[in-house]
Amino acid sequence: MSDIAERVKKIVVEHLSVDEDKVVESASFIDDLGADSLDTVELVMAFEEEFGIEIPDDAAESIQTVGDAIKFITENS
Amino acid sequence: MFDLTGKRALVTGASGGIGGAIARALHGAGATVGLSGTRVAPLEALAAELGERAHALPCDLTKDADLAELPRRAAEAMGGVDILVNNAGLTRDNLMMRMSDEDWELVLRVNLTAAFKLSRAVLRGMMKARWGRIVNVTSVVGVTGNAGQANYAASKAGLTGMSKSLAQEVASRGITVNCIAPGFIETAMTEVLNDAVRERTLAAIPAGRMGTPEEIAAAALYLASPEAAYVTGQTLNVNGGMAMI
Repeated sequence: MSDIAERVKKIVVEHLSVDEDKVVESASFIDDLGADSLDTVELVMAFEEEFGIEIPDDAAESIQTVGDAIKFITENS
Repeated sequence: MFDLTGKRALVTGASGGIGGAIARALHGAGATVGLSGTRVAPLEALAAELGERAHALPCDLTKDADLAELPRRAAEAMGGVDILVNNAGLTRDNLMMRMSDEDWELVLRVNLTAAFKLSRAVLRGMMKARWGRIVNVTSVVGVTGNAGQANYAASKAGLTGMSKSLAQEVASRGITVNCIAPGFIETAMTEVLNDAVRERTLAAIPAGRMGTPEEIAAAALYLASPEAAYVTGQTLNVNGGMAMI
């Protein structure tokens, strides 16, 4: 697994207080990991901080799953 | 009764009457306080009077750079911000037909936009901590309106709407957002009123007197306390019965 994927998953585990084995690439933040809209905003801000990138609002909206986040960050960092 | 030991409070407008009283009350309950205000001498005097756990943070909220810097300076001085009191406010009264664009914009910028930016800046830490208190000082005229204060009343009504919206957004994170709406309080802002206006105003106050800054500070202390955890999106009207709303 890539370094980015590891770091993304670590952030998700910490922020949502979920089991590590549930944080798979197909997992939806809201449907599978119990996030609410505020959690998703917090996650996006945490990703921005961790990877030193800016995630515009329209891109943030398209980030629904752990895999979406890893893909976006890989392509933009 | 209210214990704020370990909490860090940023109070804007702390060089004024109400802001100074709020800072004293929070500090008296054990909080560390960051004192923001434009007038350096009263700020430093207050910080010196309070002693430990008090930091003077001179700041002119009409200046964008000052405003942007303040949350960071507060966090540096205190290690974070758990309680934000948006108390800074100014008036530029005039009948609306004679009100300049500058006077409209200045009042909105300091009374409303600064509160928005400061609140946004401190939310992140509060979200992480799952605890936070934002107390916005509004005014009775935000609800009743007041001839000659279209800009001021609009800014205070706007602050109330902002507070209610933010309260809904962050309630699940242990963060409350409330307003205190003072009536006529003995401060520099009301000292400038002429005797006729003062007489008329007093006649409309069932309590028959003006309020004191300490009476506003007591409301702020309550709203900042752990005991007020279930109170959010509300306005506490402290006005001697002047408007019962």
